Order: sequence, then structure tokens, then C-alpha cells
Amino acid sequence: MEMLSGGEMIARALEDEGVEFIFGYPGGAVLHIYDALFKASKIPHVLVRHEQAATHAADGYTRATGKPGVVLVTSGPGATNAVTGIATAYMDSIPMVVLSGQVASHLIGEDAFQECDMVGISRPIVKHSFMVRKPEDIPGMIKKAFHIATTGRPGPVVIDIPKDATRPDAKFEYVYPEAVKIRSYSPAQRGHTGQIKKAARLLLSAKRPVIYSGGGVVQGEASGLLTQFARDLNYPVTNTLMGLGAYPGTDRQFLGMLGMHGLYEANMAMHHADVILAVGARFDDRVTNTVSKFCPSAKIIHIDIDPTSISKTVQADIPIVGPVQSVLADLAEQVEQMRNKDAELPDQDALDRWWQQIDEWRGKHGLWTGRRYGESDMIMPQQVIESLSRATGGNAYVTSDVGQHQMFAAQYYRFNQPRRWINSGGLGTMGFGLPAAMGAKLAFPDADVACVTGEGSIQMNIQELSTCTQYNLPVKIINLRNNYLGMVKQWQDMQYEGRYAMSTYEDSLPDFVKLMEAYGHVGMQVRRLDELDAKMDEAFAMKDKLVFLDIFIDPMEHVYPMHVAPNGSMKDMWLSKNERT
Amino acid sequence: MRRIISILLENEPGALSRVVGLFSQRGYNIETLNVAPTEDATLSRLTLTTIGDDRTIEQITKQLNKLVDVVKLVDLTEGTHIERDLMLIKVRASGGAARDEVKRTTDIFRGQIVDVGPNVYTIQLVGTGEKLDAFVAAMAEAEILEVVRSGVAGIARGEKVLRL
Ligand SMILES: Cc1cc2nc3c(=O)[nH]c(=O)nc-3n(C[C@H](O)[C@H](O)[C@H](O)COP(=O)(O)OP(=O)(O)OC[C@H]3O[C@@H](n4cnc5c(N)ncnc54)[C@H](O)[C@@H]3O)c2cc1C
Ligand SMILES: Cc1ncc(C[n+]2csc(CCOP(=O)(O)OP(=O)(O)O)c2C)c(N)n1
Ligand SMILES: [Mg+2]
Repeated sequence: MEMLSGGEMIARALEDEGVEFIFGYPGGAVLHIYDALFKASKIPHVLVRHEQAATHAADGYTRATGKPGVVLVTSGPGATNAVTGIATAYMDSIPMVVLSGQVASHLIGEDAFQECDMVGISRPIVKHSFMVRKPEDIPGMIKKAFHIATTGRPGPVVIDIPKDATRPDAKFEYVYPEAVKIRSYSPAQRGHTGQIKKAARLLLSAKRPVIYSGGGVVQGEASGLLTQFARDLNYPVTNTLMGLGAYPGTDRQFLGMLGMHGLYEANMAMHHADVILAVGARFDDRVTNTVSKFCPSAKIIHIDIDPTSISKTVQADIPIVGPVQSVLADLAEQVEQMRNKDAELPDQDALDRWWQQIDEWRGKHGLWTGRRYGESDMIMPQQVIESLSRATGGNAYVTSDVGQHQMFAAQYYRFNQPRRWINSGGLGTMGFGLPAAMGAKLAFPDADVACVTGEGSIQMNIQELSTCTQYNLPVKIINLRNNYLGMVKQWQDMQYEGRYAMSTYEDSLPDFVKLMEAYGHVGMQVRRLDELDAKMDEAFAMKDKLVFLDIFIDPMEHVYPMHVAPNGSMKDMWLSKNERT
Repeated sequence: MRRIISILLENEPGALSRVVGLFSQRGYNIETLNVAPTEDATLSRLTLTTIGDDRTIEQITKQLNKLVDVVKLVDLTEGTHIERDLMLIKVRASGGAARDEVKRTTDIFRGQIVDVGPNVYTIQLVGTGEKLDAFVAAMAEAEILEVVRSGVAGIARGEKVLRL
């Protein structure tokens, strides 16, 4: 039997768990762990420049790969700095294990140096948390943490580790458990057969069906199944912001994103649908608009692994609790059996009429069937995303920050594969984009990784440019520069008569080109449309360089469509500054 | 509607704060809360009463079930059940008439006077929350000095049990 200290057990358990990277930052409470890692671990550690970035980088790695990210931070300020990133992961159901240092057990509760109650602070933003009481519990606790983080509805798990539990001189028998059983935790493995049959029957009786799929399909690795299922039925598909890429973005059956800034045809189809199949989506308020007016004639089938997501905001007619993969497979089988018995199902004439209607909507106001944005002598933000999409063949890992640029990317980059679109939807965390891109680039060093950002957001974690230098992470930063907190300005234009309270920086923005040079990167300004494509190609041609494209766009542009709120339904949208449905 | 939710909870540090935190975090009401160990040292039994419409209650039970520390949960109000709340109430009782009056009311409610001082009585009363409320109301004439209630503890009638 091998004897290891608490710190060594942590290092070893992470290896035994197959962890590929640790994102972290050292400090007093975790120095025993860092020393153990230094001496024995084969896992590369990425030293960020701020703990928030460690969590976002781990998160970006997770979203790109599907494997749980690992974060290691010290007690007190290290732990509190990680909080925003943990909350970001929690809101988007991203599996992550965060190891936080804690002061030695005998000091807990004494307001000791760098003490903070991390288990308490993180409680509402974790799936679960542990505090190490006895060093010999460490291997089992780590196993449990990964198990809880990655199964069921995924989410972040915190393990708080008092410094004395990692002392190098106290050794314990180390065995990493093969499996864990937690008596109070058993996420659903299969959907209820009776419910699935009912759902199949309802789906096949539909005359105006829509498949509304979300982040759960990406997380549940079910995009292949979903795509096949939708194609077999020839039913239209819309994705949430979190679900983009789960259904091929350039496919004829794809309606684009739905919701507040969703495409006209997607929102219209939802509003007029008679049957909605919601898969791994949670009827977020950015999707539904006013709940009481949501899809008035639709019967709703809702597949979700988390019972609390079902009938939380919108009542489901047929709830199915289970993982998307197995439920979709079972549902597809039921549908096939029913169609074998009755070849008339579903009603093809009705479906043809439905597609005609959808195509009419597309032709009228669809973002992809004509130019919907204004003319100006400046570059339009939509053109930047189109250029990015072209330069990367629609196959890049695209991370984003939060704001107008995020919405333009979601609308105009046509994601054909899952896990390529990496953004903070639930918490909407500015500062997410650059560290998330680092995580994706570490996972896929040969792939194109672009961070679509704004001059506001990028400054929230800009210190990570230094991390990119240290670990040679040549991501491309596409800065949609409008010189405003653009999304804030848009709301101020629409609801506050253009009073731009604190949404401008006056003349305080840095010279990003010089800033890039200071870090050893490349910065380029793009000011004219006729140079956009060439500069974009030039940036991606520099495989080994981090390139920052500072692209000056029309600052007055708004994101449309935009739901009319409050009291609007899904079909109530602004389509431009002076046009609404 | 008022519900009595009874939970078997892992006897782990932090478990109780997760339950309580859930209520404040999601804006649910807790009217009473009672927690104590069970015959199984690894489990505590927690009983809480809450008020909400059917949808809220459904969310509350789902959210509670989702907590990793919650081993089992039952909504006792869904079936027949027994609920008990224990109250200790200290009232001013000085002078023969006042002392007699307090004693009489206590007897009517089948309470017990568990501590006697020259000027105060401390009364113990066990029953449903309603009964305890009625007793407090009946004591309106007396001067109430202090009220302590355990919060509702509950158990299903008949064969139904909440255990592993
Ligand atoms: C500025 C801004 C604007 C936004 N505008 C929009 C908008 O216009 N449209 C839009 O859609 N969103 C928008 N959002 C995002 C929005 O806030 C939500 O994050 C998003 O709508 C939620 O996506 P989702 O429903 O797919 O759920 P997710 O948050 O991705 O949740 C996934 C769901 O799937 C379930 N699940 C997970 N794994 C599985 C599995 N294996 N099997 C079964 N179920 C599983 C989970 O339990 C959960 O219910 C915006 C965000 C920002 C910041
Ligand atoms: C951490 C954080 N603070 C504040 C906000 C509110 N907010 C949402 S979008 C936005 C403006 C973003 O500006 P920028 O990054 O320049 O993007 P743009 O909208 O201009 O494209 C702000 C302040 C937020 N989402 N996150
Ligand atoms: Mg901006």
C-alpha cells in the first residue's frame, strides 16, 4: 500500500481521474499542494493572472471537450476571485471541480489570515461542495466530486481543503476508488416509457411542430441523435443560445436561435406551433418573453434530466425526466414503430403548409435570406461575423464575451458542430471570452480559436494576455469596437431616450495595438470594409501568433430582432429601429 | 396551501444550511423548521412547514430532492398524518385569581405547568400548531412573558414510513 500525504493524494487523485490541465494560482493555504504537484505531477498547470480567469479557462476547456475542468486556488481572496467563474459555470450547467485552500482546521472560525467561508459563499452557485475534515477522505471526496459534477445535470463542485490536511509529514494509505455510490444521489438514467409513447403520439399528430433544443443536447452529447431525429421527420429546429451547433447551422431545417434576440422565423414558428418538443432547454425568460403569452396553441413535450427544469416557468404537457441521449433514442424508436403502423403519420400536407409558412417568414425578415442591417460607411458588426465565419469555414471554436457582439456572433456565425460556440448565457459574464478561449486552445492547439469581444468586455480579463504569452496560446481576438458598452447603450436608446448613463469611456481606451506589442502579440486595426476580409485572413494565417483585430464598427447599430418587453409574446419583435411586428 | 415536508438528511456539516439556503435563495417561505438526530446516527430528520400554491410546492419538493444531502423526502400533507408542536410559555401569574385562571386554561388545553415561581408559571403544551395558537389566544388576558415553540414534527399515519 502506498503512503501519501494529503497534498500528494490530491496530485495523484487528479492524475488517476485523467485530468489534463489544472488552472490555478498559488497562495499560502495551497502551498503544500503546489509542492506535491511540483514534485510528482505530470499534469500541466496553467498559471493564470487572476483566479476568475482560471475558472473561465477551465470552463472553456470543458465546453470545448466535454471533460470536467479543474481549478486550484488559495483561500480567502483566491477563493472569492473564483466565485464569478463558478457562478458562470453553474448557470450554464458546466461540470467543474474547484479545489480551494482553507486555513488550517484549528484556525477556522477565528478570522484567521485569508480565511473565508468558501463553502458558505459558494453554496448557492455549486451543485455540491465538500470540506475536507480528515486527510484520508481526500481520494474518495475527489472521486465523488467528479462523479457529482459530471453526471445528471452537470455543475461545479467545490472542495475546500484546510491547509493541515495537506501537510507533507502526515502520510496515509492511498487508494483511488474505481467507482462511487452516493445513496442520496441517483440521476435518472432512462425516461418513462409511458411518457415517451405519449410524446411520440403527440409529435406525430402535429401539424405545426417545432423542435426547441438547448444546452442539454450539447452537454448530453446528443446532437447526432437530435439531427437524425429531426431530419427523419422533416421538422423545423430552433436552438437556444446555449444549444447552437447541436443542429447544423446551415441546414435547411434550421431556423436559427430563438428568443429575445432570436431570428424572426424561429420566434414566429414557436408562437404559432401546435406541438413543441423541448429538449435539454429550460424555458429561460430570455426565450419565452411573457410566460402567460408563451406559445398559446402549443402542447409541450419537455425532456430534461433535471426535474426542477420541468414546469418551472412554462407548464409541460408531457414531462419526461431523463438524459437526452437515451430519451431521444427511445423516442425515435417509438416514432418509427408508430409510423410503421400508420404510414400517413405525420400529416404531410399540413407539414408542407407549415414549411411554406416558415419559408415565407424567412423570406420576409430572416437574417440569412437578405441583408437586414443598415447601410453606413462604416463596417457593420454583422459583416465582421460573416467575415469570421468565412475565414474559418464555420469550424472555429468561437468564444465570446457579453454584449451586442455576442448576439451578432450567435445570429451570424453558422455553427455546424456542437461545442464550437462557447459563451456565458445564464450569468452573462463579461470577461469570459478570453480565458475561455485559452481553455479551448489548450484542448485543441491545432484548431482555430476566436474570441469575439467588445472593448468593454475584453478589459475585464485583459491581464490574461500575459498567460497567453507564457503558454503560447495564439488565439484570435475579434474586437467589435463600437466605443460603447453597446448592449447597455442599446437599452438606453430604446428605453431611456438615449441618455447614455455610464456607457461610454470618453477617450480612455488604450491603444490596443501597442498593448498587444507590449505582451508580445500582434495587434491590427481595421477601419474600412474593403480591408476587413484581408485582415481577417491575415490574422488567421498567423498560426503562431495571438492576433487582436481591433475592428471599428458602426457604433449606432442595434441588435435585431429584439423582443418587445414587457408584456410581449414571442412574436412581438422589433425588427429594426422603426419597424416592429 | 400549508404543507408539512419531512426530510431524511445526511448528518453532514453544511447539510442544514443547504436546505435553509435553498428557501431564502429561491424566495420560498419557511413557517417552522425542526431538526434532530434519528436512531440512525448518519441521518437527521428535518420537518418544515411551508406555504405556497401547488406549483410552488412542486418546485420546492423537486429542489429539495435535488440537494445531494437529501436522502428522502415526503410531503406529509398528501396523506393522513400526525403533527405535533411543543410550546413552552412563560406567563405572569401573581395573585390567587390570576394563578387560578392560568391553571384552569392550562387544564382545559391539557397543558402542564412545568415550573412555578412566586410570580410566574411556565407551561408546556403539545399539539398541532393550531391548538398552540388557540392557547396563546386564550392567554390574552394574562401577561405572556416568553413563548418558545419547537416547530412542527410530523409522521404519517398507519404503515407508511420514511426511512432508508
Ligand atoms: C445578452 C444576452 C442575451 C441573451 N439572449 C438570448 C436569446 O435571445 N435567446 C436565447 O435562447 N438565450 C439568450 N440568452 C441566454 C439565456 O440567458 C439562457 O442562458 C439560455 O436561454 C438557456 O439556454 P437553454 O435553455 O438551452 O438552457 P441551458 O442553460 O443550456 O440548460 C440546459 C438544460 O438542459 C438540461 N440538461 C443538461 N444536460 C442534460 C442531459 N444530458 N439530458 C437532458 N437534459 C440535460 C439541464 O437540466 C437544463 O435544464 C442571452 C444571454 C445573454 C447574456
Ligand atoms: C461582469 C458584467 N458586468 C456588467 C454586465 C452588464 N452588461 C451587459 S452587456 C454590457 C456591455 C458590454 O460592452 P462591450 O463588451 O463593449 O460589448 P458591446 O455590447 O459593445 O458589443 C454590460 C455592461 C455584464 N453582463 N457583466
Ligand atoms: Mg462595445
